[in-house]
Amino acid sequence: MKRFTDLYQALDNTNRTNEKIAAMRAYFDDAPPADAAWAVYFLSGRRPKRLLSALLLRRWAAEVAGIPEWLQEESYHAVGDSAEAAALLLPPANAASERPLHEWVTEGIVPLRELDEAGQRAAVVEAWGRLDDAQRYLFNKLITGGFRVGVSQRLLTRALAESAALPDTLIAHRLMGAWEPTPEFYEMLTHPERQAEEVAGRPYPFFLAYPLEAAPETLGDVAEWQVEWKWDGIRAQLIRRDGEIFLWSRGEELVTERYPEVVEAAAALPDCVLDGELLAWDFDADRPQPFAALQQRIGRKNLTRKTLAGTPVILLAYDLLEWAGEDWRARPLVERRAQLETALAAAAGSWLRLSAVVEAATWADLASLRETSRERGVEGFMIKRRTSPYRVGRKRGDWWKWKIDPFSVDAVLIYAQRGSGRRAGLYTDYTFALWTGEPGDPARELVPFAKAYSGLTDAEIREVDRFVRTHTTERFGPVRSVTPQLVMEIAFEAIQASNRHKSGVAVRFPRILRLRDDKSIEEADTLDHLKSLID
Amino acid sequence: MLLTLTDHGLFCAAGDFFIDPWRPVGRAVITHAHADHARVGSSAYLCAAPGAGVLRLRAGAAAPIETQPYGSRTTINGVTVSFHPAGHILGSAQVRVAHGGEVWVVSGDYKTDPDPTCASFEPVTCDTFITEATFGLPIYRWPPQAEVFKTIDDWWRANQRAGRASVLFAYALGKAQRVLAGIDASIGPLFVHGAVDRLNDAYRAAGVSLPDCVYVGDAPEDVDWSQALIVAPPSAQGTPWLRRFGDQSAAFASGWMRVRGRRRRRAVDRGFVLSDHVDWPGLLSAIAASGAQRVLVTHGYTATVVRYLREKGLDAYELATPYADEPGEEDDTIA
Repeated sequence: MKRFTDLYQALDNTNRTNEKIAAMRAYFDDAPPADAAWAVYFLSGRRPKRLLSALLLRRWAAEVAGIPEWLQEESYHAVGDSAEAAALLLPPANAASERPLHEWVTEGIVPLRELDEAGQRAAVVEAWGRLDDAQRYLFNKLITGGFRVGVSQRLLTRALAESAALPDTLIAHRLMGAWEPTPEFYEMLTHPERQAEEVAGRPYPFFLAYPLEAAPETLGDVAEWQVEWKWDGIRAQLIRRDGEIFLWSRGEELVTERYPEVVEAAAALPDCVLDGELLAWDFDADRPQPFAALQQRIGRKNLTRKTLAGTPVILLAYDLLEWAGEDWRARPLVERRAQLETALAAAAGSWLRLSAVVEAATWADLASLRETSRERGVEGFMIKRRTSPYRVGRKRGDWWKWKIDPFSVDAVLIYAQRGSGRRAGLYTDYTFALWTGEPGDPARELVPFAKAYSGLTDAEIREVDRFVRTHTTERFGPVRSVTPQLVMEIAFEAIQASNRHKSGVAVRFPRILRLRDDKSIEEADTLDHLKSLID
Repeated sequence: MLLTLTDHGLFCAAGDFFIDPWRPVGRAVITHAHADHARVGSSAYLCAAPGAGVLRLRAGAAAPIETQPYGSRTTINGVTVSFHPAGHILGSAQVRVAHGGEVWVVSGDYKTDPDPTCASFEPVTCDTFITEATFGLPIYRWPPQAEVFKTIDDWWRANQRAGRASVLFAYALGKAQRVLAGIDASIGPLFVHGAVDRLNDAYRAAGVSLPDCVYVGDAPEDVDWSQALIVAPPSAQGTPWLRRFGDQSAAFASGWMRVRGRRRRRAVDRGFVLSDHVDWPGLLSAIAASGAQRVLVTHGYTATVVRYLREKGLDAYELATPYADEPGEEDDTIA
């Protein structure tokens, strides 16, 4: 635990990429495989199944410190992180643990799940007594499952690759999919010979596109690019190998059981690996259902006949990564596409389809076609260089997403709550409202319609934070209501009627586009205007 | 009420004077020279003797400043006034006001930890104690100073090895001098920003011992910044002034650095937990040591501290000020 705590602090104490890689590399060079496996597990964002609630952790820390419940809550809101708040509330430490990380995890953390609440409390309090301040914080992070230290998968991959003297892409592939953090796994991960990636169900790392911010003409000749609709579903990888079928989501979650219709269709495929999009499909209109429909299938394992009939899910395939056991990722897109069409010819049907290529002679033609995105239920275009290989992770240059502009409305800030992480203690989480009637209507009111957290600069956040503190009209717990005065432009991707929301609508991915200091609240938009955007 | 709040600040009607007024008044009794306590334009100032130099820098050359040694009493219109060390910065004082059998102590800002650059906090018994609450939450408990200074020294040495200048942001009045007095000056050359430099002069003039340091503007052309520690006010962060130091690591010394999110928001490589304000345990012990029956809480987590004290059976109230009722981002620099 000491070595891992030192690593954590080294990572937390620098913003420099090279220093982060060097710190991880030094750790992997030095740590026994049993510990290193767990370090990879945590640093790659994996977490044990939920062990106990963050609230309980804070409560126990406060009880140990003799601090009343309400004060614990106040403290938590100033810190914005339960694990950290608990560590800060505890009385000063007078011990430090030399016990290795894997022992802490397997003997001190994982068994917590088997205990009742009193047993958990006793075990956690006992552990705190053996740990120093920094270790307590880390222990708390590990048991509440919120471990983050500004290390991306890419940095971790590079550090492991350097330590093992292997290519980044090989490590990235070996890190994909499901694995247990055992010493054997770590040996396999860093083994010089290619073997580990040959596990039947192991997915390839996804290739991700960058948003296109410049004009599409800057990409040169349109003929060099393959253009597809950008689907608003779940990115997925379908693996058909040796009679087995695996379906992975982009979050590296195995979702095979959740989409039986897709898996059934895939049985007709020859051995191959496909990249595509899972979508809830409207067969009558032959277009995707809104993302909200697909959400009813995400996370649901027990599927009723009704669900399957009402929200059928299909896979629209757009790339082929492996064919007959051979890795095709280095081949150009045109070749992969041709092979994809061949592969699907055998299995194509209702549930497994080819994502069509959009043909257009000029960028201008594409631009006007893009205007039809909303009525087609898509988010714009994907633009892929015909000669491009299938790369690992987010890389600039070959794949672009050319999304349609979001919807936006001018709304009034009415509630604010403190943020977490680097926004700890600052009022950064806002609720926005729209008017129930037109200007001049004496009975009109502001009705909340969306919460938004992101989009302001640090300086703007400070300005709004000051505003909230000095214009509070009421406090309910951590939430403050403020004098309606600030107008902001709120963007969102989609909008749907909803009877769960007071406003009668639900918007998707709301965020702040800009502060509208030039607008008075009288000029903010109305709910009717918002509803007129529903298609 | 011996002291009441007016739109100019805390007022003693019997003595016809203000304590730390936020607008110009006839007579201002000053707890310490930080900008939010000592404002320009009053007709007469009274402060503790060691604080005269730094108050002069704040109030201007022409400001009429009278001083009084710690512990000695004077009478203003029949009201007895004395200054007692607050341990916050050089010359910082708790102001004791006694009249008609009633004793009030206005603590100003204070800390109970020792500090080689100023006189240590001394508890003063009173009936009514006015305390600050900048860090009035139990998460704020200061680590031992020796550990913090060792961490700063280690960071400086590591930067030297990496060939990187060490830039430490610390509030120019008080924190900067405390840092300079606390670090191991034998590690390498010390440089300071102009704002720190002129306050260092005032500290030295008051007899405070500080290590030798050079004003950045006076540095020789060929100086090797990678070995140096440069102490600058937080306002210098993100300015072109820093470019001259080349490759550098930035750190911030403040009580707010106790919280990771605050540290990350500062966008510095390191945050050192070093505050000139009282922490939670210090706050509770200072209140207990005052023996006060009534506690007025101002600046910071006032509502929280008041509620806690009331639950402990004390007669506690928030003292409203133009400041927000819990600390915002603007308070970072002076904590």
